[in-house]
Amino acid sequence: MARMKFICDAERCIECNGCVTACKAEHDVPWGINRRRVVTLNDGVPGEKSISVACMHCSDAPCMAVCPVNCFYRTDEGVVLHDKDVCIGCGYCSYACPFGAPQFPTNGTFGLRGKMDKCTFCAGGPEGNGSQAEFEKYGRNRLSEGKLPICAEMCSTKALLGGDGDVVADILRNRVLVRGKGSEVWGWGTAYGKPAAAGAAPVKEGTKS
Amino acid sequence: MRQLPALQIVCALLLAACGGPSGKADAPTARSADQPPWEAAANPFVVPGWTSGDKASWQAQMTQRAQNQNEYLRAN
Repeated sequence: MARMKFICDAERCIECNGCVTACKAEHDVPWGINRRRVVTLNDGVPGEKSISVACMHCSDAPCMAVCPVNCFYRTDEGVVLHDKDVCIGCGYCSYACPFGAPQFPTNGTFGLRGKMDKCTFCAGGPEGNGSQAEFEKYGRNRLSEGKLPICAEMCSTKALLGGDGDVVADILRNRVLVRGKGSEVWGWGTAYGKPAAAGAAPVKEGTKS
Repeated sequence: MRQLPALQIVCALLLAACGGPSGKADAPTARSADQPPWEAAANPFVVPGWTSGDKASWQAQMTQRAQNQNEYLRAN
């Protein structure tokens, strides 16, 4: 079974915010809510790095753990979704999430804090696939249209990869090994293993694992 | 003393009136069941190449679609 994941390649992200714009347009996301955003470290300094951040669809999601009304669920594909009919807009999930994924509209049912909105991996919600009700609450359901998330599919530099975790990890691993840059980042060895141990091609000189 | 049964009846009716439906809509406490993604969306934007309701076909479509992000397959 596929486990859907996002990976963002900081060596490629050019901070164009195309993913942010595409997400907002595809899902008619209301003003003030950003399901996805680009974070830049050392902005303006040579060597700055940017990554695109949204819900990471955690395997052990803290938002699910703290929700008092149990409105979250994880699909068989590993996508963390929520039911807006059950959400009470308490905001616990936003405190628990390390990525700032849960967003709250500034008006609506609960006045200053409406029902939570977040990245759905373009998988909609509990309503029927592709229905108008689903679109109005969660946006498009691209997975049930045979597509992948719009942010990843339209990324011009292919910095943001989305899809089955095994497939996108293979794409990134191959890319890093070919260009000889990127395996020095923290956590690479944990995520992808030592090149020799994993049986991968030898890493070019100058890279660490 | 003759008024006592009548008073009891009136009190019983008043108490019974308090026990009616509250008129407040209960918030849903259980999530709705979701439809699996391999059941195609009910819109004209579904891409061809896979069969709705066939999980294996959908997974193959997802894998193939993900490879569109691999430019090492597209260029060179």
